[in-house]
Formats: sequence, C-alpha cells, structure tokens
Amino acid sequence: MRRLMFLLPVGLFLALARIFAFSLRPGHDPHVLPSAMIDREAPVFDLPTLTGTGRLGRETLKGQPVVVNFFASWCVPCRIEHPILMRLAQRDHIQLYGIAYKDKVEDSAKLLNQFGDPYRGVGVDRDGRTGLDFGVYGVPETYVIDTNGRIRKRFVGPLTAETADKELLPLLRKLGGS
Amino acid sequence: MKAFLLFLLLAATAGAVEPAERLADPALEARARAISTELRCLVCQNESIDESHADLAHDIRVLVRERLVAGDSDTAATAAVVSRYGDFVLLRPPVKPATWLLWFGPVTLLVVGLAGTLVWLRRRQTAVPVPLTDAEREDLEKLLREDG
Repeated sequence: MRRLMFLLPVGLFLALARIFAFSLRPGHDPHVLPSAMIDREAPVFDLPTLTGTGRLGRETLKGQPVVVNFFASWCVPCRIEHPILMRLAQRDHIQLYGIAYKDKVEDSAKLLNQFGDPYRGVGVDRDGRTGLDFGVYGVPETYVIDTNGRIRKRFVGPLTAETADKELLPLLRKLGGS
Repeated sequence: MKAFLLFLLLAATAGAVEPAERLADPALEARARAISTELRCLVCQNESIDESHADLAHDIRVLVRERLVAGDSDTAATAAVVSRYGDFVLLRPPVKPATWLLWFGPVTLLVVGLAGTLVWLRRRQTAVPVPLTDAEREDLEKLLREDG
C-alpha cells in the first residue's frame, strides 16, 4: 500500500504527459476554434449575386448538401485554396457556392476571371454581415450544409488536398446518401 | 493643461471604439462598452473587442450596439454574440459541467494538498519514539565507554 503511494506522482505525471501530448499532436492547431453553429440551422441570408442576376440565400440552397466557401480577393490563403476548389468543382462536381466576404464586386469578379470560377453561385457580402451571422472570423472558411439547411462542418483556413479528400468529400458522400 | 489632461484621460478610456460606432444615448453606449470588455476578439485572441482594432472586433461591437438599440438586455446582446462564436468569445468562461475542472480544479487541488499536509504533520507529531531494548542500551553504553 505504501509503495503504491509512491507511485502516485508517477501516475499523475504520466496522465498529465498524455494530456499534453494530445494537445501537441501533429496537425492540431489550437487557434482553430470549434464552430458554435455545428448542427444548427444555417443563419438566414439573402445576398445579391456577383453576376447581378437573382439572389443567393439560405432557401435557394436547401434540398441538397452544399458547400459554402467564404472568400475574398484580398485574402492570400484564398488564392492558395483556389486550385483545390477548382478541382472539387470540376472533378468531384460538388455543390460549391461562394460568398465574397467584405470584397468589392469588381475585385471578386476579377479574381474569378483570372483564376477560374469554381462556384455555382456567388453571393456578395459587402459589409460582412452574413459572415458575422455564420461566425466567420477570418477568410477563407468553408461550411458544409446538409439537405435540411443544417451546418454540419466548418473548415477554418484554406482547404488542402488532404482535408478535402479525407474530410470534406466523405462527409458529402455521407450526407448525400442519407 | 487641464484640457490636455482631460484629452489623455479620454484617450485612455476610448479603447478601440470609433466615433462612428458610438451610440447617441450615453447610457446605452456605457452598457455597450461594459459588454464589449467581456467579449474576446477572435482575431487577436487575448484582446477584448473593446480594445481591438481588428475588423471583426468592429463588426461585433456594432452588432452588440444594434442589439441594445433594438431593446435587448445585456445578457441577450451577449447571447447574440455567443450564439455565433460560442463560449470561447467570453473572456470569463461560464460555470457549467464542461468547465467545472477549470473553475474548481485549482481549489480542489489546494484543499487536497492542505489536507495531505495536515495529516502528514499530525502523524509526525504523534509518532512516539520507541524505547531502546535492553540489548541496545548495553551496546550503547559500551560504545560510549569505549569512546570516553
């Protein structure tokens, strides 16, 4: 019994070491925040589109699992992410919609002209209000919304080939199947 | 000189709130400021939105003021921000089962440590020295005699 008492600090140390190792695991960024919106209905929004015809809103997206990507022409990581979005749209044919966050219409249009337009529709969120309602705290952010209009997943920062293949596509497959 | 001091004082208390954001009603503005000091800016995560010049902090300050003008209570205005950004946005984390360890952990450790120390001190005091056996006493006397 006494000997066990001496092992107690060792046990405590090991327990703490496990917690620290878990927090320091590779690929984990403590600055990435969990979304408060997960499994909640996407906020109401109704935005003019970049082309000027029609509107992009929550209701127009319902009925199918969609991916909503907040981007801006002034955002450098968005340009890094752009080829992945192009691939997701062209090869994987995902329902990808864009929201131009705090960006001038002509600048967003120029960006899409220059690098290609992966979006089925782009909403213009000039004052960032829709972003605020989604809980966006920095572009790019990508949301997966299911058939019922519920937010199922948020990706903070640029999508990579790895997150797209290992997380985004499997989730879409699952949502599309159910 | 007085005016300059007053200016310094005002500058020190103004935080990052821009003139255009300020509400006309000083009572509402004061409430908005009080709420803002309790909300974390998510871009520069160790600043409150009241101190931060980040764009997002500005947006949240405006949101809080909108809610107040619309007649929300302080808690309702704060809740509007929490519903978008989660509990992390609160600089003072709420007390709930998930945060019990955070709130009560240190106190619990202190109490356990104090109790352990007390028990240890008690035991040390009450430990009665065991008297020497006759054989030991003889040995000791022999040693002492040899020394002397």
